[in-house]
Amino acid sequence: MHPHRKQRLIWVSLIVVLSSAAIGLVAFALRDNINLFYPPSDVVAGKAPVDRNIRLGGMVVEGSIERSDTSLTTEFWVTDYEASVAVRYTGILPDLFDEGQGVVAEGRLDEAGVLIASQVLAKHDENYMPPEVAAALEGKSKPSLGPVSP
Amino acid sequence: MWSFIHKLGSPPWFFRFGGNLVRWLLPVTLILLLVGAFWGLLVAPPDFRQGNSYRIIYIHVPAAVVALAGYYVMALAGAISLIWRIKMADIAMKAAAPVGAVLTGIALVTGAIWGKPTWGTWWVWDARITSMLILFFLYLGVVALFEAYENKAAAAKACAVLSLVGTVNIPIIYKSVDWWYSLHQPASIKFTGESAIDASMMYPLLLMIVAFYGLFAVTVVMNMRAELIWHHRQSSWVRQWAGFE
Repeated sequence: MHPHRKQRLIWVSLIVVLSSAAIGLVAFALRDNINLFYPPSDVVAGKAPVDRNIRLGGMVVEGSIERSDTSLTTEFWVTDYEASVAVRYTGILPDLFDEGQGVVAEGRLDEAGVLIASQVLAKHDENYMPPEVAAALEGKSKPSLGPVSP
Repeated sequence: MWSFIHKLGSPPWFFRFGGNLVRWLLPVTLILLLVGAFWGLLVAPPDFRQGNSYRIIYIHVPAAVVALAGYYVMALAGAISLIWRIKMADIAMKAAAPVGAVLTGIALVTGAIWGKPTWGTWWVWDARITSMLILFFLYLGVVALFEAYENKAAAAKACAVLSLVGTVNIPIIYKSVDWWYSLHQPASIKFTGESAIDASMMYPLLLMIVAFYGLFAVTVVMNMRAELIWHHRQSSWVRQWAGFE
């Protein structure tokens, strides 16, 4: 290879490697801010701030949904299979909100440790299948739906 | 092999080669798009939880996949331009940027349209969506930077450096859903192990991904040919092709 081209090749490699390293370090330092939500175990352990809005993400505990008869208020528990946090939300829930499904709730923790949510989003998982297949799988095995640790 | 690569750098040769390539790749791509769209939108079964709304996947995922791969094509052209100073690499880089921007835009817009009924929101600042928005700005940045310079060689150099620095974003987009907690789900198609999407839904998706790769290649080559004619509008081979001589 021509020495000039070789030198330019080294420069190009340096640009890519150094910028990747710099941005990689920034992303690593900001990892807590890049995470969209706190898992319930972090909230229970006190790692989430209590004086401002946070997002809580996990699975809706089976059988935990309680709907009010007189208002749009819904209460449910969110779990990461290590710890659970109660959520209270007044408003219209997304179509995919259901027991055993992923959810991200934004709001503030009250004194009792209940998340008073201002927004509830359904988290869809990566599983796509036809209804017949889902019916056949019903009760046989449960796909792992928990949030993955980073 | 080497003589073929050398010939790619020759404007009249590439112009003819690109014309022949588009002549057969364009109809093949259109057929693949039609078959894939028909298969995905009408033949594939509905999803057990989302019903029919999941079908936007047949546009969203191919556009996003090719937007990521296309960035590497653009950055590779930038590297070739910086190291070997080949004009054709500048033209390839300039041709790929707007196509990548459009594909990224399609992925963002279809994602928002799907997100509203599925998640309950058009937009959320999670790692996947934010890094994809950065990719959109990187593509637009390359488009704008090319136009910002009077001197085309300086423009190409600046764009090459910008595209090379931006490559760090591609693995971040790809792995964002695994590295951080995000609202966006992880990948359904897996290179190793069983995919999380049923085969009856995955085959049309794979077909659409291939079709979008074809669409990217066709549009980039057509862009390059248009750019070549403009660059060499004074030269005899273009005047001959246009019938002026």
